[in-house]
Amino acid sequence: MSDNTKDQNTISRRNMLKTSAALAAAPMFFTKGAYAKDFTNNPGNSSTVTLGFNVPQTGAYADEGADELRAFKLAVKHLNGKGDGGLMNTMKPMNLKGNGILGKKVVYVTGDTQTKSDAARASAKRMIEKDGVIMFSGGSSSGVAIAVQSLAQEAGVIFMAGLTHSNDTTGKDKRRYGFRHFFNAKMTGSALGPVLKEEMGISRNAYHLTSDYTWGWTQEESIKETTEALGWNTTATVRTPVGAGDFSQFITPILNSGADTLILNHYGKDMINSLTQSVQFGLRDKLVNGKQFEIIVPLYSRLMAQGAGENLQGILGTTNWDWQLRDEGSKAFVKSFGTEYGFPPSMAAHTCYVQTLLYANACENAGTFYPPEVIRQLEGFKFDGMGNGETEYRAEDHQCFKDVLVVRGKQNPSSQFDLLDIVKEVPRSEVEYDASIFGGNLGPYKV
Amino acid sequence: MILEKKRSDLVTMILFSMVVLSMPIWLNPLGANYPDLLQKFAIFGIFAIGYNILFGLTGYLSFGHAIFLGVGSYTAVWSFKLLSMNVIPAVISSVILAGIVAAFVGFVSLRRSGIYFSILTLAFAQMFYNLAYSVLTPITNGETGLQLALEDPRVIDRLFSTAGEGLPSTELFGLSMSGYSGFYFCAVMLIVAFYVSLKIFNSPFGLKLKAIKSNQHRMKYTGYNTRPYLLTAFIISGMFAGLAGALMAVTDPLAGAERMQWTASGEVVLMTILGGVGTLYGPLLGVVIIKYLENIFSAVNEAVLQTFFDFLPSWLQDTMVVIVSPFVGEGWHLTLGLMFMGIVIFLPGGITEGFQKMKKRFFTKENSESSNQEGK
Repeated sequence: MSDNTKDQNTISRRNMLKTSAALAAAPMFFTKGAYAKDFTNNPGNSSTVTLGFNVPQTGAYADEGADELRAFKLAVKHLNGKGDGGLMNTMKPMNLKGNGILGKKVVYVTGDTQTKSDAARASAKRMIEKDGVIMFSGGSSSGVAIAVQSLAQEAGVIFMAGLTHSNDTTGKDKRRYGFRHFFNAKMTGSALGPVLKEEMGISRNAYHLTSDYTWGWTQEESIKETTEALGWNTTATVRTPVGAGDFSQFITPILNSGADTLILNHYGKDMINSLTQSVQFGLRDKLVNGKQFEIIVPLYSRLMAQGAGENLQGILGTTNWDWQLRDEGSKAFVKSFGTEYGFPPSMAAHTCYVQTLLYANACENAGTFYPPEVIRQLEGFKFDGMGNGETEYRAEDHQCFKDVLVVRGKQNPSSQFDLLDIVKEVPRSEVEYDASIFGGNLGPYKV
Repeated sequence: MILEKKRSDLVTMILFSMVVLSMPIWLNPLGANYPDLLQKFAIFGIFAIGYNILFGLTGYLSFGHAIFLGVGSYTAVWSFKLLSMNVIPAVISSVILAGIVAAFVGFVSLRRSGIYFSILTLAFAQMFYNLAYSVLTPITNGETGLQLALEDPRVIDRLFSTAGEGLPSTELFGLSMSGYSGFYFCAVMLIVAFYVSLKIFNSPFGLKLKAIKSNQHRMKYTGYNTRPYLLTAFIISGMFAGLAGALMAVTDPLAGAERMQWTASGEVVLMTILGGVGTLYGPLLGVVIIKYLENIFSAVNEAVLQTFFDFLPSWLQDTMVVIVSPFVGEGWHLTLGLMFMGIVIFLPGGITEGFQKMKKRFFTKENSESSNQEGK
């Protein structure tokens, strides 16, 4: 027995020497590989450049995530000069050449955010530390977007936010390394206000059901601000957990609250469930104080309309983009997405595709992948032909400003995709606001 | 005899330290040697080791250990916000606070045993999770998660220097706690935690815990009051979880309520059972397997599979991709589930039992005392 122990001891001593020598070398070797270059994940002389697409593949926003991923793949295809080029034919001004980015072929890695901040950061960290991505993108939850955006700043890798609608993303939590093409709750409020006044008058009692996280909070705040400016009352604001599934316990109190308008600050499967249940509870057939009960879904998309079916008919909301827009850019994108996948893209897909192209174009303009230079190219960048008319990336908060669509669920849809009527295209000037109202600080260029 | 025991402990510790500290090297061929995953291995290792002190030794199945993980994380982030970016105050305060919460939860839950205990802890977990989402949002920031901000006071740091332009990062006296240095910090903590666990396993206290597991009634008849021992074990394992939570915040200063969800508690149960309940190394094996699947397997997409099966003729390549793809990417849970079923059915003692069986088969002359601890 004691012999045995001794034996083990000698082995371990030898092993220890070997391993400690290897260990002493290890940290230097690895840090050199990852961090000692002039910036994080510099592609250097490599013939490829890696982008990371971090989308929810499971959870309440999985449908949006799947469509985003399709758009990313399409964007990579177009950047590498395959396919019909999509928006690269209509984007102005544009420096892309269809040979990748700065002559390097674009490859990509994917990850699942699970719509959870922790999982999203773990996945983004894997992309940055293991896969060596130079830029990553994705979204569908503002909580996640904000969490990974601050990671982007720490790591010095640019994050091109996908679908995120919270005011905080480019407001109090804005970051130098984070960019958002999508519109936000404040803009939704500004765009929706006049339409609500016209359709529902100036004396209503609104009841909010709100997803309990940053996006829900800021949307509730913005919509409340808008409706109260119209003269509406806010009866109550109730917070619901994300991914609740069953909303009946939240809907029953509305029946006796005296409210005549329900505002659903929900998104994805949450919105599909809460809306369907509201309709099942007979809210829309009710008359309160002599007024027809109305439901408003401030942010919705075609994907959600598909899920909610006829329950969404006649309901007002806003979207960032819709495939039925008739401008050159939208037509080109719908055509190329449709050829690839056989159905029209959602607004989540659109914003992700555009973000990828915008990043690639900024690299071409800068002539380098060095993030501070790329960021300077994106800040204040004005472009057109991407489906939203003339658009500008505001330098002060990295928020894109463009027209916003007010839409309504179609009464008699002609196909399973033709679900929204565009009520109004609200021009950019009406949704613009002062960048300083939300506070926040972008932080340094160089990290 | 005692000296021999001490020596074998020393050997165990040295071997263990070497294995842990050399993870960046031997995990390289598996594609898992990047800092974030290595940190996860070490952090969840601590979590599982601590959990094993309760579940492995006393047999009390807790479904609420994520509470302490969450408490540890929130405490650490608040320490970064209010006191200092140095990790020492964060780690110490997290462990203490997790211990206090564990004392409270344990005091109530340990009045019952068996399934009732599990349900009580599950109820506590759900309660804390919902608290974090509702009433406690000023402290936890709800679904968005608690994050650092530029305008945080950080009183201790401000005594020595003025605030920089960007967000500060966590540090240990100037050494940044992200990347490989963060991993080595976690690894050292893991080694310390393992040492504590080893000592407890071999101590009279550990023996009493094992006695509780085998027959609590008999132990009571011999005149022992079991509850103080159980409570101590519960608090210790809660403090381990608090340490793990603190380290999660150290390597990535953000705390979200989903860390306290019951699925997180379930995960550590899975890890422990997968590796081997009541064994020293088992839980760590479980951690490595589950975290590896979660991070590497979940990122395998069809394109990766295509290249993996490149050597096959193209029709076979496509068929293989079709067959395998439901098990990777977002389907990694499926792989985990199948694996878990297989292990529970064929190796109830976890992977460690598998190793023991293999050892028995190949070295039959060694009469192993069939140390099948988990019994039933």
